[in-house]
Formats: sequence, C-alpha cells, structure tokens
Amino acid sequence: MLVIKNLHAEISGKKILKGLSLEVKPGEIHAIMGPNGSGKSTLSAVLTGNENFTVTEGEIYYEGKDLFQLNFEERAKAGIFLSFQYPVEIPGVSMINFMKTAVNEQRKSKNLPPMSSGEFLKYMREMKDLVELKSDLANRSVNVGFSGGEKKRNEIFQMAMLKPKLAILDETDSGLDIDALRVVANGVNKLKTPENASIVITHYQRLLDFIVPDFVHVLYDGKIVKSAGKELALELEEKGYNWIQKELEV
Amino acid sequence: MDVQKTYKKYIDIFEKFKDELKDSESEKFFKNRENAFEIFKKHGIPEHNHENYKYAGINGILDKDYDFSIESRAAKVNLNEFFKCEVEDLDTHVVLLSNGEYYQDNEPIEGLNKGVVICGLKQAKTEYPEIVEKYYNKYSSEIEDGFVALNTMFAQDGVFIYVPDNIELNKTIQLVNLTHGFGNKNIFKRNLFVLGKNSKLSLVICDHTLNSSNNFVVDLTESYVGENSQLDYHSLQNEPNKSGVVNSHFINLEKYSRCNSFVISLHGGVLRNNVFAKLAGENSEANLYGLNLTDRDQRVDNFTLIDHLVPNCLSNELYKGILDEQAKGAFSGRIIVRPDAQKTEAYQTNRSLCLTPQAKMRTKPQLEIYADDVKCSHGATVGQLDENALMYLRQRGIDEREAKLMLMFAFANDVLLKVNILPLRERIAGLIDSRLRGEFSYCAHCLLNCESRN
Repeated sequence: MLVIKNLHAEISGKKILKGLSLEVKPGEIHAIMGPNGSGKSTLSAVLTGNENFTVTEGEIYYEGKDLFQLNFEERAKAGIFLSFQYPVEIPGVSMINFMKTAVNEQRKSKNLPPMSSGEFLKYMREMKDLVELKSDLANRSVNVGFSGGEKKRNEIFQMAMLKPKLAILDETDSGLDIDALRVVANGVNKLKTPENASIVITHYQRLLDFIVPDFVHVLYDGKIVKSAGKELALELEEKGYNWIQKELEV
Repeated sequence: MDVQKTYKKYIDIFEKFKDELKDSESEKFFKNRENAFEIFKKHGIPEHNHENYKYAGINGILDKDYDFSIESRAAKVNLNEFFKCEVEDLDTHVVLLSNGEYYQDNEPIEGLNKGVVICGLKQAKTEYPEIVEKYYNKYSSEIEDGFVALNTMFAQDGVFIYVPDNIELNKTIQLVNLTHGFGNKNIFKRNLFVLGKNSKLSLVICDHTLNSSNNFVVDLTESYVGENSQLDYHSLQNEPNKSGVVNSHFINLEKYSRCNSFVISLHGGVLRNNVFAKLAGENSEANLYGLNLTDRDQRVDNFTLIDHLVPNCLSNELYKGILDEQAKGAFSGRIIVRPDAQKTEAYQTNRSLCLTPQAKMRTKPQLEIYADDVKCSHGATVGQLDENALMYLRQRGIDEREAKLMLMFAFANDVLLKVNILPLRERIAGLIDSRLRGEFSYCAHCLLNCESRN
C-alpha cells in the first residue's frame, strides 16, 4: 500500500528527515515512536502533502503510484487521512456541513452521486454511535469549544465518516485521559479492516496497550533506526529512548 | 474629479427648477428644500477633509454627466406583469418603485391591516399632510451633510408607510426599486416610514438596476419608530459595476422601541451607506448590521452614527466585509453617549477579510462618551482566511476553492444569524452563497425572486 524509500525532507532549510524508509501493507498497523524532534510529525506532514515541507530526496509509492504526483487534497481523496495532533477550530462551519461536503467531494471523485440529506444524516448517526461521539457535538461548529478529548474523538469520527485506506494518527493520545484514550482506541480498532492500514505516531507506549501494532519503529534523527514487533514498545517504555541512543553509538 | 464643478452644477439645477418645485407643493414643504439648499451651499459635497467622509470614495464617480429631471421617469409599461415574485415561504406584500418613484399601477395590497397606509410619498403629501409634515425631514435636517441636503433639495417621491398604533403587520413589505431605461440618471428617492405605538413593521428593500446604466442615486429614508414598536429593516443592494449610490437612513427611536437594520451590499460600483440612529426614548434599542461582498474595483463605505440621548438604551453594531481583488472598503462607526445617557450599553464590531494584497479596508471606531456610567466596547479586525483552517478542510478532501468558500460563508454567517425572519435568512444565505461563488449577476429582476430570474 505504502512504500517509502530513502526519504529526505526539510522545512525552511532545516533538514528533518534524513533517509527514512518504510513499507506498510494493507491490514497492518505500524507504530512510529521516537523522542521529540526526531521527525515524527514531519513524516505525517510529508505523507499528506503539506506544502510547507520540501522533499529533497527519495520516493513514496501509494497503491503503486508516485505519491508526489498528487496534491494535498488529491491525497485526501485517494484515501490518506491525517488525525491532527492539534485539530483546528473553525467557527461558523458546522460539523454537519463540513462532513457532508467532505463525504460528497469524496463520492464525486469516485463518480458516485451525492448522498441525500436523509441518507447522510442516517450515516452520520451510525458513525457517531460507532465512535461514541456525543450527539450534540455534530451540531456545533467544527471543534469550537470542544475539550481536548472531544477534539480527538472528533478526529476519529471524521475517520469513520471518510473510511480512509491509510490513516495517520499523529500523537492522537496526547492530552487524553485514560477513558478518552480507550474510546479513541476502540474507534480505531472497530474501523480496522484487512484492506486498510494505520500509522500510529506516538511518544508513549500507553496508546499501544489499546491499539495493538503489528510493527513498532523507532524514529531517531530523521531515520528509522530500529524495527520490531509490539514488544519493542514495552522495551522502550521501560528503558527510555536513551537506550536506543546508546545502542546506536556502540 | 472636480468636486467644485459638481457643486456648481447642483446649485444651478436648483436655481433653475426651484420655481417649478415651489408651484407643485405646499409652501411648508418647499421650505425644507430651501433650508437644505442653504446647507448645501454652506457645506458642499463632502470631501476627504470631512471626518465622516475621510475614507469615502464616492467623489470618484461624481464627474460623469448624469441626466437630471424633475419630470416623471416612471415606467409606462405594466411592471406588475413584468415582475413576478414567487419566493417560497416568504410571503410578502410587494410594492414596486420605478426609477425612484412610487409605481402608480401597483396592484392593490389585499389583506393589509386596517389603517395601514402604503403609498407614494408625493401622494401622501396631499392625502396625509398632517402626518408627513409632522415627520418629514425632522431628523434628517439635524444633520448637516451635503448628500443629505441634495436629497432634500430634489427628492419628490418614494414610499410612504404609516402603521397606526397597536398594529403588527401580518406580512413583510417588500419594496422593489427598479431602475431602468437608457442613459446615466441622477435619481433622488425619499422614503418615510412612521410607526405608531405598539406596532411592528418588517421591510425588505431590494434596490435593483435592470440594465448596465451608470446611475448616480442619492437615497434618503426616515424611519420614526414609536413607543414600544419594532422596525425590521433589510436592505439588499445589487447595482451595476459603475453605479454610484449614497444611501442615508435616519432612524428615530422612542421609548421601548427597537430597530434591527441590515444593510447587505451584494454588488455595486461605489456604495456609500449612512445610518443615523437616534435613541431618543429610554430603553430603546438599535441593532445595526452590515455585510458587504466586493470584488473587482467595487467599493463600499459604511458610516454609522448612533446617538444615545437618554439613559438605559442599548446599541449593537456588527459590520462585516469580504473584499476580493482590488476592492476597497471603509467602515466608520461613530457613537455618541450624551451626558445624561447613563447606563448606556453600546457595542461595536467591524471585521473584514481581505482576500488579496490589493484589497484595502479602512476601519475607524469613533466613540464619544460624555456619561460616566456606561458599558461601551469596540473592536475592529482586518485579516485573511485562516490558513490552518483551510489546511484542515482540504485534508478531508475538500478542494481549496470550496474550502475557501466554506470559510468565507462562515465569516458572513454571523451577520446572517441576526436575521430573525427565517425564510428571509435562508434566502439571503442563498444569495450570499451564489455571490461568493461568482454566480451572481445583476440581471435578476429582484434579488429575492428566484423563479423568474433569467
């Protein structure tokens, strides 16, 4: 589904990613862990096509095609979804209108007719229940006045609505209490199918108690320096990132 | 532009036609014109050195050769057939005006509440002299302004509405002012609305030019809102690119009365909107809202003056604008709180989006507070669309253009939410949406008329 080869990227002349390679297959969950400043969020920005970042070297293939040929919203329409670390508040744009537009734009790109209001509201209700989103949130402006936990839950709700092929969860666990974390993780698990994949970017092992990854990668100084199964996360939790650093120096 | 030349032109026109005007009306009435003429001679056409017109751009269109006439220029064809309004859910009484004059063959309004008068101002001067003389030019003569004076000097007709005590009009009155015919016309229209006690009137005013004539329109409306009455006033402006409009609305509020005023500028060349609101009776309330959507070389200047004369009154102002391409705009909001007007609450907000580096918006709050126990606030911002919000919407697969439209609409929506009549709010929302999408043109007969538009 996704093949990243020797990816180098920078922002305002500062090199962040320095030769990152990764392969994600359908049905897999990959966790990317690493200390602050290692390039975790840059990876998600480059994958989604954020124009503030410049790719200087390397290749990315998504479903066999060169990802760099697609612009920001084309990638979204092609099924790449980013759960934002800091969801943006948009006063005056209702969640209903936002989701209806997004769903119908996606349908348009697949040559499907727009959903009727009735169909849409029914679909929205189902997805709301799936991710245990409080129903009044959907009637409010996008993220306005939402608590930290509600914002993250709202991200998962949008993911449920749009059914992406590749979901990137960027520090989705930050700022969540344990109950919210469980709800968010349940949502992600329910949405998992053999056809879609997730990249879970996180600083802590905590989220991985609930979303069990197939692979754990350690990102350090712009490169993946260690990859293993889910047990690596536990080891990191116990020994800290210094352990990797020391291992690299040896 | 040669303001001096224009000034002289209007002096000459008045000298030329004054006898004819004098013969056509009562002496008392003509006196208003003479007084206005003195004000005009003294002040002339306001220029940039006039505080209220500091950033105004109306003078740029004055030097064209506009055709002045004191003869009627109303349509000879049947406008009722020509104009059909079929707005779903919005049940209005339609009143047509033709080139600023009350259209004589307006179809009679059925089911109008007893005692309510809706007719041409010219007709009202002879049929209801006691009401017209009591109110006409009462508030507007207090403001020494060149354009206000010009209207009083020359205006002969417009709409007169009188709502007696204890009457709440069962339907919204929709005034459709059609400007038509060839040549660049100078039009002076004058409306007078009088509400008694415990009354309610809701108005939608659609100003509309049917061809691309570059007219110069000087409008004046006076609204007298009696004790415990409410006026809802919605003005929708849709004029061609090279037209010029100076529109002044004087609102006098008696105790416990309220006015909700909306000035929505959808399209125009140069538009100048003056709103003067006088809180003359205790516990009265003035809510002034404005929205302007401009692009190309269009220009909208909004000027408001809220005069708190007495204690315990409330005023709210919310003006918003979206300026695209080289559009220019100005907002100037003056609030006076007189020494006796304790416990006044006055709030003013002006927010604008400039979508290009060429678009320019100037904003100027001007609060003069002479009382010491008041709550007043003002805020003004000029900014761009939120880049982060745009990214967020686009990440969900919404095209950049559509995402920008959503954000612009959300910006305008604040003003829209203040419209209390729901079908009207929805209709205006549709107009704003199509305006932002660039689908809007001034060829429609009436802004509210969706069915017969072609």
